[in-house]
Amino acid sequence: MKTTCTTRELVESGLAKRRRKEYAFRLVGIFATAVGVLFLGVFFASLIAKGSTAFKQTFVKLDITLDAEVIAPNGELDLQYADFDGLVRNGLREIFPEVRGRTERRELYRLVSVGAAYELRAIVENDPSLLGTTQSVWVPASSDVDMLIKGNIDADIDEALRTLSDQQIGWVTTLREKGLLRSQFNKALFSNGDSREPELAGIKGAVMGSFYMLLVTISLSFPIGVAAAIYLEEFAPKSRWSDLIEVNINNLAAVPSIVFGLLGLAVFINWLSLPRSAPLVGGLVLTLLTLPVIIIASRAAIQAVPPSIREAALGLGASRTQVVFHHVLPLAMPGMLTGAIIGMSRALGESAPLLMIGMVAFIVDVPGGFTDPATALPVQIYLWADSPERAFAERTSAAIIVLLGFLLLMNLAAVIMRRRMERRW
Amino acid sequence: MTMTAMTKAITDDPPPQSPVPRAVPAADTEGGNILPGIAAQETELGGKTVGTITCPDPFMVARDVNVYYGDNHAIQHVSLEIAKQEVIALIGPSGCGKSTFLRCLNRMNDTIETARVSGTITLDGQDIYRREQDPVALRARVGMVFQKPNPFPKSIYDNVAYGPRIHGLAGDRAELDHIVHTSLERAGLLKEVKDRLDDSGTSLSGGQQQRLCIARTIAVNPEVILMDEPCSALDPIATARIEDLMDELCEDYAIVIVTHSMQQAARVSKRVAYFHLGLLVEVDSTDKIFTNPQHKLTEDYITGRIG
Repeated sequence: MKTTCTTRELVESGLAKRRRKEYAFRLVGIFATAVGVLFLGVFFASLIAKGSTAFKQTFVKLDITLDAEVIAPNGELDLQYADFDGLVRNGLREIFPEVRGRTERRELYRLVSVGAAYELRAIVENDPSLLGTTQSVWVPASSDVDMLIKGNIDADIDEALRTLSDQQIGWVTTLREKGLLRSQFNKALFSNGDSREPELAGIKGAVMGSFYMLLVTISLSFPIGVAAAIYLEEFAPKSRWSDLIEVNINNLAAVPSIVFGLLGLAVFINWLSLPRSAPLVGGLVLTLLTLPVIIIASRAAIQAVPPSIREAALGLGASRTQVVFHHVLPLAMPGMLTGAIIGMSRALGESAPLLMIGMVAFIVDVPGGFTDPATALPVQIYLWADSPERAFAERTSAAIIVLLGFLLLMNLAAVIMRRRMERRW
Repeated sequence: MTMTAMTKAITDDPPPQSPVPRAVPAADTEGGNILPGIAAQETELGGKTVGTITCPDPFMVARDVNVYYGDNHAIQHVSLEIAKQEVIALIGPSGCGKSTFLRCLNRMNDTIETARVSGTITLDGQDIYRREQDPVALRARVGMVFQKPNPFPKSIYDNVAYGPRIHGLAGDRAELDHIVHTSLERAGLLKEVKDRLDDSGTSLSGGQQQRLCIARTIAVNPEVILMDEPCSALDPIATARIEDLMDELCEDYAIVIVTHSMQQAARVSKRVAYFHLGLLVEVDSTDKIFTNPQHKLTEDYITGRIG
């Protein structure tokens, strides 16, 4: 009787301290989570603050006379060599007829992007019947004007330190008052390849390059990785060799990615003479990178299949291959796919190995196939981050937002696919 | 798995069938079991398997079977004969090797890396461990039901249809339907699942799942059904239903059942084999074993003194 009382007293006296400890632990957990969320919040906030403006671009409205003599001399349409620039300049001079003198006029022409000429060409190409008419065209303004409108150029600092002179700023104000300036969606960001002019630079080239690369990566690494995992788990005899292989595969998953780039340079480009900067080579290098990840995830998924299912299948007279393909593989597939998508996400964000194989070049054209020179989205971000033009700063952030968007989609797809394919056993 | 020279000799010349019933005294049984480790004075019958290991018209014959798990000599010199339409129960305390012996009969021990089987086991006169024997073909003739019900995570229909599909037993969908329905009916499950054959096999209750596993096994039309403690995970009512099932099934198949429950062995089986520490101690008809066991170890087990 006395002992039970003492035990109860002991337990109850210790309860307060235990509750305090638990509370403290919960606080630590909440604090750690909050720190993580805070950093994430700061990251996203700064990213969106910097990059969201890049999705809008300033356009200038010009009345262009599509002079038939300039565009189609001798009655023949000459889109390649016609002086569309001259037509743009005419349009500008119409708005500001008081501007004279070469230096001043040159400053005037710098208000509009050099890409304006390409816009005109595209219009005529689409509809040659417009020849000889006067059209109102919204052409992209130069990046300096764009930065001014977005408030990134400080008009108060000394004129010599600015990219836009006072006079140019005055003209921009006039254009705005006349309603000839507006901001609209920056389609060029998504439809153009890279460019030296920020207002014409787009990520399409990089996106297509990344797309082709990932296509090569997934179509090679998934079958090879899954097959290797099946062999190692189901068919390989347990020996010193298989242990050695397992250790090496785990090791490869941790090797710095730039090493794979060096390997790609030595084997694929030097020895096999594959084209440099091609998505094919990038894909092959990323395959080597993703393979260990997929093999490890697939092996774990296969090991998680309960042996009772295998025994049941064997007991019915299924051969080992039939057990693997009819029972083990379908049950392990959710885990394998999750591993594959995680591997793909990692591959999408890799830039170091791609630098080694030459995908860091300045490539303007959007790649059309696996052997065209291309760049990848992370590399594009790196190139733009290096550029001195102010307008590239916001475009770098915008490209990062797009990249994160893709990664988010891929991980979402992984979660959804996994949920749908999950089966209870 | 290694084969002894003796096994090779027997492979080349399969043992002859014996159509004439013979009652051979244990001491003179050919290839009879020696029970090492049990002193002669422990039993009055000189340390060999007691009772009748033979049977008239045997279908499966095991001769001097030894199973090693690495260095562990799990099954020692077991000889036993199993007839075509009988239920024989293997009983014994935990760890005595009855499940191991059962798994030898359909070569499931092949899946265990460290397991080594020596001796001969013949099915209808042919050694199942000979090199030309395909385990896949063997397991289509000798089916197995496991202790814990393990239906595939597929529909009930696909569970039962899996075996016939992989062995190509059905020509078209109608034949397959027929096989599935017949198997489910014989397993006593059809009435309950007739209108939900597309439901998952794992959505059934424990007893139903075990009957599904039985239906799955008989869909392949085996000749022998091995049951490894099929009712140990089930409640008494489900157990009773499966025992009734065994009564019906033994008309067509030989059934070898491993059981922990002596009452179950007494209810369902015609012959009983008592295992002890890897040795086959006594084999005889159920009545004789439970009313008048000849070996002291058997008597101790049945009366509850050991095990």
